[in-house]
Amino acid sequence: MEFLTAVRWSPYAVGVGIGVLSWFTFLISKTPIGCSTGLSQMSGMTEMLFRGRAVEQKEYYQQFRPVVSWEVMLLLGIVIGSASSALLSGDFQWQWVSPLWESTFGASAVLRVAVALLGGIVIGFGARWAGGCTSGHGISGTLQLDAASWLSAIFFFAGGIAAANVIFRVLG
Amino acid sequence: MRAQTVTTRLLPDRSTLIWGLTFGVVFGFLLQKGGVTKYDVIVGQLLLEDFTVLKVMLSAVLTGMIGIYAMKSRGWVQLHLKSGSVGMNVIGGLIFGVGFAILGFCPGTVAGAIGNGYLDALVGGLTGILIGSGLFAALYPRLSRGVLKLGYFGDVTLPQLLRVNEWVVVVSVAALIVLLLVAMERAGV
Repeated sequence: MEFLTAVRWSPYAVGVGIGVLSWFTFLISKTPIGCSTGLSQMSGMTEMLFRGRAVEQKEYYQQFRPVVSWEVMLLLGIVIGSASSALLSGDFQWQWVSPLWESTFGASAVLRVAVALLGGIVIGFGARWAGGCTSGHGISGTLQLDAASWLSAIFFFAGGIAAANVIFRVLG
Repeated sequence: MRAQTVTTRLLPDRSTLIWGLTFGVVFGFLLQKGGVTKYDVIVGQLLLEDFTVLKVMLSAVLTGMIGIYAMKSRGWVQLHLKSGSVGMNVIGGLIFGVGFAILGFCPGTVAGAIGNGYLDALVGGLTGILIGSGLFAALYPRLSRGVLKLGYFGDVTLPQLLRVNEWVVVVSVAALIVLLLVAMERAGV
């Protein structure tokens, strides 16, 4: 069982594992893996804490009801699975700023959190605009040969590569 | 009152939720073992210095695609397609990409990063994604009647679009992925 305590696996082993996992989500849950739907539902539920049931009447939440769904549980599972893997290998650590960020922009946690908040707003907005994320479009959609997903995945990386180069090679 | 009844009826049952949690645990475990819960690995991909993210994604697509299409031809599974448009997928994709580079995580890996102990993902990233998703829901009525309809093409697969047998596309995409992965290994990235 030594592989469970290894810090890293081959990216190919991980990819094949995710591919096989997708077979089972189709077979058992009849649902492709996707992460932005659950986050949108969590956003709706959070808003309901402040504004009550009126939130459910929004046109968007008529399509994606803000309830604890398969997708919300998937997200909770990801946190648990990642923590289990990191704890087993000793790779778990509380960290505000990653090494790459620190070497470019310094060790300030406040700056990093502010930028992460901004990035989160943009990616959350963009994921719902595109109708999916790196999982829903990038893996689950492309593996079904879904045209919308191939188009999205190409532009996820086009936008990402361009923006990362501006951030690290122009600003950084 | 009517809305309330509808909501109750649509609540997922317990086994659905337990399966979601179970699949999530496996997915999160794999993401962490792959190193893609780390900011440096994801941004390294976008800077074209570390190709871990693409290696994981392409081998997942290769494996997933062959299995799903094999099971589909036996009638065991159905496809779950998303309808698309140029306005949705090109503009939305670019917005997503910019956010991807600024945050350094995507919606799935932000959950994985939280599990890994990364507090920027929890305090900044998750909060931001919840706000961004909420903003989209608020603007949806206006967007759905405008830009999201631009160049609408509906839910269609590449084989349907190209009017060829689906296995022709499955085999071609599989060959292309293998070639890309071999090229990455040859280039030593």
